[in-house]
Amino acid sequence: MNLTIFVLALFDGIAYAALVFIVALGLTLIFGVMRILNVAHGSLYAIGAYATVSLTGAFLAMGFAPVFAFPLMLVSAILVGVLLGGPIEWLLLRRIYDKPEVLQLLVTFAVFMILEDVQRLAWGSQPYFQAAALQALGNVTLFGVTYTVYQLILLPAVALTLLLGLRFFLRRTVIGKLILATTEDREAAQSIGIDADKVFLLTFIVGAALAGLGGALASPTTSILPGMGADMIVLSFAVVATAGLGQIEGAALTALLIGLGRSFAVYVWPETAVLVPYLIMVLVLLVRPEGLFGSPAARKI
Amino acid sequence: MKKLLVTSALCAALPMAASAAEKPEALKIGMTTFLTGPASVFGVPARDAAEILVEDINANGGINGVPVEITFIDEGAGAEALTSEYRRLVESGAAEVMFASISSGNCQTIAPLAEDLQVPNFMWDCGTQKIFEENDYSYVFRTQANAAPEMLAAVAYLLKTKPDFTTIAVVNQDYAWGRDSWDIFSTALKAMKPDVEVVGEFFPKFGAPDFSTEISRLQALRPDVILSTSWGGDLDTFVQQAAQRGLTNTSTFVLPLAESSLERLGSSLPAGHIVGARGDHYFLHPERRDDDDFKAFMEKYEAETGDVSVYPVFHAAQAFAALQAAYEKAIADNGVDWPSKEQLVAAMDGLEFQGLGRPVKIREDNQGVEDQLMGTSVQAGDYPFATLENIMIFDGDELTTPVGEVSIDWVGGLDASFLDGLKVDTFEN
Repeated sequence: MNLTIFVLALFDGIAYAALVFIVALGLTLIFGVMRILNVAHGSLYAIGAYATVSLTGAFLAMGFAPVFAFPLMLVSAILVGVLLGGPIEWLLLRRIYDKPEVLQLLVTFAVFMILEDVQRLAWGSQPYFQAAALQALGNVTLFGVTYTVYQLILLPAVALTLLLGLRFFLRRTVIGKLILATTEDREAAQSIGIDADKVFLLTFIVGAALAGLGGALASPTTSILPGMGADMIVLSFAVVATAGLGQIEGAALTALLIGLGRSFAVYVWPETAVLVPYLIMVLVLLVRPEGLFGSPAARKI
Repeated sequence: MKKLLVTSALCAALPMAASAAEKPEALKIGMTTFLTGPASVFGVPARDAAEILVEDINANGGINGVPVEITFIDEGAGAEALTSEYRRLVESGAAEVMFASISSGNCQTIAPLAEDLQVPNFMWDCGTQKIFEENDYSYVFRTQANAAPEMLAAVAYLLKTKPDFTTIAVVNQDYAWGRDSWDIFSTALKAMKPDVEVVGEFFPKFGAPDFSTEISRLQALRPDVILSTSWGGDLDTFVQQAAQRGLTNTSTFVLPLAESSLERLGSSLPAGHIVGARGDHYFLHPERRDDDDFKAFMEKYEAETGDVSVYPVFHAAQAFAALQAAYEKAIADNGVDWPSKEQLVAAMDGLEFQGLGRPVKIREDNQGVEDQLMGTSVQAGDYPFATLENIMIFDGDELTTPVGEVSIDWVGGLDASFLDGLKVDTFEN
């Protein structure tokens, strides 16, 4: 393998990892704080993508410039967080925090199934494609291979910003500290006056919005069609589980690991490309069942 | 079961007893199609077409005065649900003739079941060539071509229009169709052009949302030709991403199923790439576009769905044309008012019918012989998406594997002279 191919595979891996990380981030945040594995995350991702495509299509039809696609991605993400994430937490999850994990999993799975059908009702079964945002940024050629600026530069930049931003938010701001305190010990946090219900609601809205943002950012690069959410939830769960549930920096590193593993596989041995993310997951979990960065759970008495 | 035994015993005892059936109040058809899942890009247009076709048949007095009724079964619910629904529909008498199915896997499951239930079954869309090569059926018929002539047409068109290429890469979906179609295509290509070099074989998983890495790899490999038999969202994503990154400028794409994606791809599919249609299916079919029946259907379909017709629509039309032709032939052959099941099945042998393309003929092994249309994409400006130019229609008789032979062996035994002997009609657009 020569250096050029190595560098090319590196670029591809980073671009892919960035998108996977953004989706996994919301999943791991929700799990870290609320101890709920939200299967409906996949649907929120898909709806974020659908919403972006529809909004962008409508704005372009009204004669707006393609750069408006970018703010519309944020709008879609926030809509997903507030209009879907909020009610899901408030109406459903709030009632089942003290129920067994299996039940919690089944409830979020039910939400996933319902939202899958909602997508089909709202957007039908034909694929959509809306690449205005990607085309607006143009291409860049490296080593004779053309990349889109959107995938090579924008996506990794957004992923890095989110990672640093979330770190800062959780450790340096008051709300962030409230979230961390609630994560540490919900009862103790409540006893010193933290409104844990509010913290959970906020966390879930942010997590859902991150799923929506992932879908919004993915939308210019791929066909939007039924079933896209199911694929993403499997992959982002692999990332989150490999990293250790609730580990934000770990998710970033694992996403990178999986992204690079996959792209090198395509260059060296394409037949294994599908297998690589899960192979990495199996190998890591065999050695460290709690994930790369997870710590063995200390049982409360 | 007991009734079935008695009936069979009677039939065996009285071979001449296959007499006319009583004219039913309605001819009930069951059609399996994808209403959910990724393949609904084919299934939903086919269902919409079937509804229009039934409406048209009934508006013209039905078949010999009997109106047609249709029930749909969703293939997207999985093979198990499909077979139990299929069985229920047939055994409860809610369907006398079945149209099944889109998925090749489902066809392979249903063919023996239809034989068991003794229900005439038209395989109206599935591609696998193996059905009649591995088994004999008396109740199962295919009202269209199969993967072998479809791939052979793509190879022939490629070699006729671009004879000097030397390297090829493939990007197919990782499931039976992606693998099988590449087997046939590559075997035929190597047989007719032994000096061609395969520089890359990629089988990304079915439904992959991203082909960026494959595209980078292909840009580094620079093959002259890139084949993809993908369809639906996978094909759309692959072509869009390839076009965004300029891969469509450096390689010629061969896309045997892209006719079904033309409208969705819009301006993303540039000129100069090879497009196939799984038969002579094209909403601007050069021989048929001025015919009244063709025009009327195209207008009605577009008015009701908002989209132009794609190949599953044509396949649905062929199934209904075969149904009508078979009943009419059985009625005429036997001089009856309404044929029995045996008379209907007997009429299928050598049946010729015409849907929205050229006429199709059912061969002695129950395989349909269908002509194949291939073309080159062009952004002519008449539509907001690519249309076809330099269209060739290949003769189905020459491309279809001879009765009793196995396709992969047969295409492997061809050579360059096969190409020169082919009967082709060429049209500018």
